Amino acid sequence: MIEDVVLVLFGISALVGAVMMLLMRHPMGVAMALISTMVSLGGVYGLLGVHVIAVFQIMIYVGAVMVFMVYAIMLLDVRDVSFSERYSRLLWPGLAAIVVLLGVLFDASRFGRVDPGQVTGNLFGVQPFSAAFLDAYWLYFELSSVLLVVAVLAAVAIVKLRRRRDG
Amino acid sequence: MDRVNFLLAISMGLFAIGLLGLIVRRNLLVMLMCMELMLNGVNLSLVTFARHSATLDGAVMVFLSFIVAAAEIAIAIPIVLLLVRQRRTLDAGAYDRLKG
Repeated sequence: MIEDVVLVLFGISALVGAVMMLLMRHPMGVAMALISTMVSLGGVYGLLGVHVIAVFQIMIYVGAVMVFMVYAIMLLDVRDVSFSERYSRLLWPGLAAIVVLLGVLFDASRFGRVDPGQVTGNLFGVQPFSAAFLDAYWLYFELSSVLLVVAVLAAVAIVKLRRRRDG
Repeated sequence: MDRVNFLLAISMGLFAIGLLGLIVRRNLLVMLMCMELMLNGVNLSLVTFARHSATLDGAVMVFLSFIVAAAEIAIAIPIVLLLVRQRRTLDAGAYDRLKG
């Protein structure tokens, strides 16, 4: 019972953070709103019992991705028109499109039901998770490490490109 | 409203708000963050379904999408830095030459 209440609170605070992202003026405020959304989602994952994902949500998203983003915001502290005028010309068409999208999604969500399975023991613990990675998903695990290496190489290449253009 | 429907509604809301932000906001960094928000919405629905069907596959998929998000941001921010160095502005409207 209390678990359901906390779950609803975390879910609503995630949504509130998302709405704040639309309303904030400065990118730093948007980043803080996004961090609060991500932490709330981490709480939701923890309450659902998927602790591995909750830990990675905090460690990777908040700890790595958002810290990187905050550094970029501090680095690019150029005052320009996008600070005072938040929205582009597409504000009203975009709003209309999102209302239509939400209508379609909610309409679709009335159909189809998933049979609830039986949660047996500690299915979402670290041990079954790592066993699944080394057993069934080892190829994807290796491919994702290749993807990360390629991303690092691309980032270095972009920095080099900039140096060459400047020098 | 049971738990699964509530979480799926939250996930839809996050995705829709992220898409709306990507469309209507002008700041490049804010647009990037809205993309992250969309990814988070999809991740929530994957975890909900994984939990609901008591299988691990959805959770593994979420882990892989974390990695893709990290790689995406590692490339996107240097690109934004390059763009800003060219025009000295974060306003996406200033880069309309990219339309071709």
